[in-house]
Amino acid sequence: MAAVGLGHYLVVAAILFTLGVIGIFLNRKNVIVILMSIELMLLAVNINLVAFSVFLGDLVGQVFSLLILTVAAAEAAIGLAILVVYFRNRGTIAVQDINVMRG
Amino acid sequence: MIFESLVFYLFSTILLVCGVMVITMRNPVHSVLFLVVGFFQAAGLFILMGAEFLALILVIVYVGAVSVLFLFVVMMLDVDFATLRRGFFAYLPAGMLVGAVLLTELVVIAGSWVVLPEASGNVALAIPPASEMTNTEALGRVLYTEYVYLFQASGVVLLIAMIGAIVLTLRTRDGVRRQSVPEQFARDPKEVVEVRKVPARGGLS
Repeated sequence: MAAVGLGHYLVVAAILFTLGVIGIFLNRKNVIVILMSIELMLLAVNINLVAFSVFLGDLVGQVFSLLILTVAAAEAAIGLAILVVYFRNRGTIAVQDINVMRG
Repeated sequence: MIFESLVFYLFSTILLVCGVMVITMRNPVHSVLFLVVGFFQAAGLFILMGAEFLALILVIVYVGAVSVLFLFVVMMLDVDFATLRRGFFAYLPAGMLVGAVLLTELVVIAGSWVVLPEASGNVALAIPPASEMTNTEALGRVLYTEYVYLFQASGVVLLIAMIGAIVLTLRTRDGVRRQSVPEQFARDPKEVVEVRKVPARGGLS
């Protein structure tokens, strides 16, 4: 068993990111699971940033990761608020019905 | 060293299994719960790497706030999730194809990654050794000095998100009687209270 290095963390993050993308494809009708898939992708990006930060000995990556965490929290809050308003108006959250703004 | 490898493989395996569960679960409540477990595993990986502050922030922010928000919305909305799930297997081949292509590319890039020897000296902000300073202290020393504008900007982002969420979800319903304190104070006793003489056995008409 080789010592755990940068490549190991990068591969884990890559698989997690791919799972997020596949999740968006599989649950094309369910906005809640799509939002959760986006959270998975953001988590993968954070793992990448922290791994690079630690293995290259640079603290800036962790600062960046902290800021991404903030933006992710804001994104989840706004996304879920939009979802609640949409459900209140339409009574469903199916994605294919969200085409009112289509020109 | 062998212990570190064991812990890494344990955490990352559970993390990836939880990721698969999140996107394949029939019930979104279970998806959220697997997301929580996955965040805990990621926090474990962060601690293993030596980024303790971020690990704990991850637990507090994601498990404590974001996942609870998800759980709240999933349970509050009365959605028929069975109809939303229709077409799950129709999209499976396309999703797998895109996922396979993306994963191959990412792994090829990650596998062929080399750090040039001269790049190791090109560090913007070296991590102080753990014997000198904890990770939290090192982060705090730069976050409030060099990155104070970014720190303030992220605070503004959170404030705007808060205001936006409140503005979006606030609604005034019709037909609900609410207390209005100024209206109550503005009432004049002379107008709303009437003293009438009640004749015996007469009653008020």
